[in-house]
Amino acid sequence: MTDSDEPTEAGPPMVVSTTSDGDEGWFAGLTGDADSERAVERVRTGSAAAPRDWPSIAIDEGVVDSRDAYYDRLHAATTAATQSAVRERERADDQQLVHAVRAMDDCEQLANELAERVAAWAGSRFPSSSPGIAGARALAAEDPTDDLDRRVVSLATRVSELADERDALETTIEQTAPAVAPNLAAMAGATLAARLIALAGGLESLAKKPAGTVQVLGAEDALFAHLAGRAPSPKHGVIYTHEFVRGTRPDDRGSAARALAGKLALAARVDHYSGTYRESLHDDLRERMVTIRARAEESSEDDEPHGGAT
Amino acid sequence: MSDSTLPAGVERRAFDGTARLATRGPPVYGEPTDGKWRAWDPTRSKLGGMLELGVETGLTGGETVLYLGAAAGTTVSHVADFAGPTYAVEFAPRPARELVAAAEPRDRLFPLLKDARRPTTYAHVVESNVDVIVQDVATRGQAAVANRNAAFLADGGRLVLAIKARSEDVTADPETVYADVLAELETTYEVLETTPLDRFHADHLGVVATPR
Repeated sequence: MTDSDEPTEAGPPMVVSTTSDGDEGWFAGLTGDADSERAVERVRTGSAAAPRDWPSIAIDEGVVDSRDAYYDRLHAATTAATQSAVRERERADDQQLVHAVRAMDDCEQLANELAERVAAWAGSRFPSSSPGIAGARALAAEDPTDDLDRRVVSLATRVSELADERDALETTIEQTAPAVAPNLAAMAGATLAARLIALAGGLESLAKKPAGTVQVLGAEDALFAHLAGRAPSPKHGVIYTHEFVRGTRPDDRGSAARALAGKLALAARVDHYSGTYRESLHDDLRERMVTIRARAEESSEDDEPHGGAT
Repeated sequence: MSDSTLPAGVERRAFDGTARLATRGPPVYGEPTDGKWRAWDPTRSKLGGMLELGVETGLTGGETVLYLGAAAGTTVSHVADFAGPTYAVEFAPRPARELVAAAEPRDRLFPLLKDARRPTTYAHVVESNVDVIVQDVATRGQAAVANRNAAFLADGGRLVLAIKARSEDVTADPETVYADVLAELETTYEVLETTPLDRFHADHLGVVATPR
């Protein structure tokens, strides 16, 4: 990530302030040891525009009577705060993500199916109706005049609500995936990361899958047809939705899918076993993609416009 | 490689017949110990590598330190062994769990699960005028992180930074990356010393700077 992510923070370095314009230390308003839970909460969620000489301020305000006592309380508060924050972040587990992505797919499928039914029915009663989810949403806003119309509009309302639920689930996935699998989510995008985890049955099983399996996850039908000798091997499964695969010309998609799957498998392993974001992994993939896409330019510069495939 | 650059509390001691850097404290990552002393592995710690190479870090022992990118606490535990109050900032929860374990027996090591790119989220905890900032973060924009955290540093304080070339741009030549990062650092700091850490850490440059 670059600093452009936080434009508000990119300004000139902070100035150490000497006044207290609402900028209070983690210990503000605490008295005695009974407030240790509040102290933990303040360490976790508080903020200040600039650092100040907190130990001296705490002594001046009578929160503690010496620097040693200040540091003792700070140690207790920071270790407890970090421990609880770690525990909370780790509770964002992969199984919740699996449920969320499956629920999202179900909602989407149901919404589409019902939207078709609504369109078929509405066509005979509302001449201006249009097909699809958008059509159902428009219909849901209509004012029904008789009982049958009321049923059609009511059904369209369910479709619209299902579509809303699907969007809400997607937002949830986008928030959860980076906590569960930071590298995978950054590389694949939250939804694809969640799909891969769901297809594998969990982050741990995804981490244990070879890159070749990751490459064809979601293409099981094609894979088994291939293994039965009836079809060529599939080049990609759900990773097809990734821009690196879809945005590469068909001749090179196999290579692109292979390269992407290799890095996704590594990302899943880093996420499962270490949990830290590793920038080099992402740089390696970008570098590889530049090389693969450069082939398209090379071959178009070569003699014929339709140079030998593969 | 004079020992005059070593902070008080860091000594060269013999472990299995080899002289190695060591500090006094409870072991953290399975390092060899000798009584209360534990070896400080320069290949696992950029700061350890810089001290081993004789870099003048400005660390003298007993000072207040802000450590950015503490990870599992491998290096910051050694820092807390010889320094005074030590604030350890780490963003990833998994290693932070080990950081908490390293901090528990060290009563002046304060672990914080915070993003070093957003200093306002910990400015209410970390005091101003720290003597030394040690930075070892593996993200793009390492100079920006150092610049944004400059407000914590006392006048005449020291920034001890390990620039990781691969975190900025894997495709670029490390020398180009170093030059870019140093140029950005120069807007806030005066660079005092740079040392390639390649003997212990490939494609890393050790930097010591002081605020302008």
